[in-house]
Amino acid sequence: MIRRILINILAPFLAVLLAFSVGAIVMYILGENPFYVYKILLVNSITNINGWGYVLFNATPLIFSGLAVALAFKGGLFNIGVEGQLYIGAFACAWFGITFDVHPIIGIPMGLLFAMVFGGLWGVIAGYLKARFGAHEVIITIMLNFIAIALTNYLVNNPFKEPGQINPIPQTKELFSGSVIPRVYPLFNKLGIDLSSSVPLNYTFFIAIIFCIIVWYFLERTRWGYEIKAVGLNPKASRYGGINPSHIVILVMFLSGALGGLAGVNDVMGYRYRFLDGFSRGTGFTGIAVALLGKNSPIGIVFASILFGILDRGALAMDVFTNTPRELIRVIQAIIIIFVAIGNEFIFRLLQRLERESE
Amino acid sequence: MIGGILSLELLSSALRMSVPLTFASLGGVFSERGGVVNIALEGIMLVGAFGAVVGTYFTNNPWVGLLTAMLFGFLIALIHAVVSITFRINQIISGTALNIMATGLTTFLSRLIFKAAGSSPHIEGMVQWRFPGTNWQISPLIVIMFAVIIISQIVIFKTRYGLRLRACGENPYAADSLGIDVIRMRYSGVLISGILGGLGGAFLSLEHARVFVEGMTTGRGFIALAGMIFGRWTPLGSFSACFLFGLAEALRMRLEGFGIPTQFIQMIPYIVTMCVLIGVVGRAVAPAYDGIPFEK
Repeated sequence: MIRRILINILAPFLAVLLAFSVGAIVMYILGENPFYVYKILLVNSITNINGWGYVLFNATPLIFSGLAVALAFKGGLFNIGVEGQLYIGAFACAWFGITFDVHPIIGIPMGLLFAMVFGGLWGVIAGYLKARFGAHEVIITIMLNFIAIALTNYLVNNPFKEPGQINPIPQTKELFSGSVIPRVYPLFNKLGIDLSSSVPLNYTFFIAIIFCIIVWYFLERTRWGYEIKAVGLNPKASRYGGINPSHIVILVMFLSGALGGLAGVNDVMGYRYRFLDGFSRGTGFTGIAVALLGKNSPIGIVFASILFGILDRGALAMDVFTNTPRELIRVIQAIIIIFVAIGNEFIFRLLQRLERESE
Repeated sequence: MIGGILSLELLSSALRMSVPLTFASLGGVFSERGGVVNIALEGIMLVGAFGAVVGTYFTNNPWVGLLTAMLFGFLIALIHAVVSITFRINQIISGTALNIMATGLTTFLSRLIFKAAGSSPHIEGMVQWRFPGTNWQISPLIVIMFAVIIISQIVIFKTRYGLRLRACGENPYAADSLGIDVIRMRYSGVLISGILGGLGGAFLSLEHARVFVEGMTTGRGFIALAGMIFGRWTPLGSFSACFLFGLAEALRMRLEGFGIPTQFIQMIPYIVTMCVLIGVVGRAVAPAYDGIPFEK
């Protein structure tokens, strides 16, 4: 038990620390004081309540995209197509919101459902092609990302373009109020927490937490979850156990795509109340880092998303107050992935050796 | 109309479009024949495109740009090799991380060097080679590409090195028992793929655009891998497949202005790639130990 805790916490912690050290070296080479830059990064994100509001807002889509990647990982698949599923899901819920003027009791669940179903169907394309033709899901999902971005770009530029729009970036018209997920500041203010009304944190964050619990329950306590994990661990053995791996591949890609679709909800239903062309700058890819750092567990994913939310928030401040370009954060994220993967492998081997010696 | 479209001009444009894909695809062949899946090729091409512009920008010599591109590609491939061969980390994870890193790194450096994130200043392209006695011009990189295709085909199938490399991809344990240094062979395959992928990226910025634009590879590294699969992990086959993709891209450019929304035209290469991947099923067999770490 202690060993498991050691693996699950120590390895990611060390990986993050090492990645930050690499970042510090780069800053030092650029003639900046790394302590100053990291201080700026943290001061603007976690030392005040509004900063935390932005951090959790940033973390919200990352939780969904991390869950999407993790669920696919559990089934032995690499879903690198979350970015595309996110765009399709975002557009689907925007389409519902601008088309149907309904009460929020119907509008919000339906918006979520649209994001899930369309994101899921987009994911299933890759699942079906993998199951039926054995086409490599990594390349297929990447191709589907480009197609999804082009498709939503077409939709928002042509049939769904807001009439008389002046914004240089194309967008749809505003959602009806029934599909708007409200912000949390009124509640927080009532509870005596002084959260500014400019902070976009909204209830999508809590929906994301609920989905963490759902995914955990699904994977650990249901038959489908069990079958997914069985196929992920050993597709051949699971076939002897009476599981059809092709069906599982399709199921996994639907569910993973559905979670990916939900990653588009925060921006559309909770923040802008419309679909903005190209709004997601790599959230689907950061989900890969989130899932790895969180070791594919829902609770780990929440913490990893918050960390990346801090980095995203801090990156803005870095741009304003220091000479270090914010893209360094992206490089640090990539280094975190590599170090986490190495750390996991390393500790795994170390424990294996210790166990062998103690026998 | 068909005759007008299928002109010599179209074929030459298809050839040009196929160059970056072919280089990357050949890189993929070396890497995967040795048993290492290299989806980092996308990132390798991107740093190659960036390196070519940086090298040319500081020296005004595109050949220096070319060398810089190869060096940058080599360095990313080196990380992939260390992470996935020495540390035996899942090769897809390593490749994905490197692709993310390449996007961040090129924009980061672009802002430091050119003081602009979106794109670099324009640079001088390569001086085209002229066929003696004619007006025909050809990019030196295309000549290099054909040389590399032929050399790769010979190296992989007719030399001792190629035999050993293939052994490491088909059965590294058998290769090891025969005294072949599997780790070293796999390193060589991945590093060669870095150099070739860098060259492919260089063609994009030096010849196509004459400028570096953020994320300018737009999935070509992955399309190149699909080409490699379609070409059954052989250099000649990969080139043929990449030429097909180049043709699709050239046709795509012809279709612009026919009233079809540009977004749908942009989708063509990606859809063609997907169709190709679906079409090769059962006929293209990867090296048996492709993607599986070797542990002595």
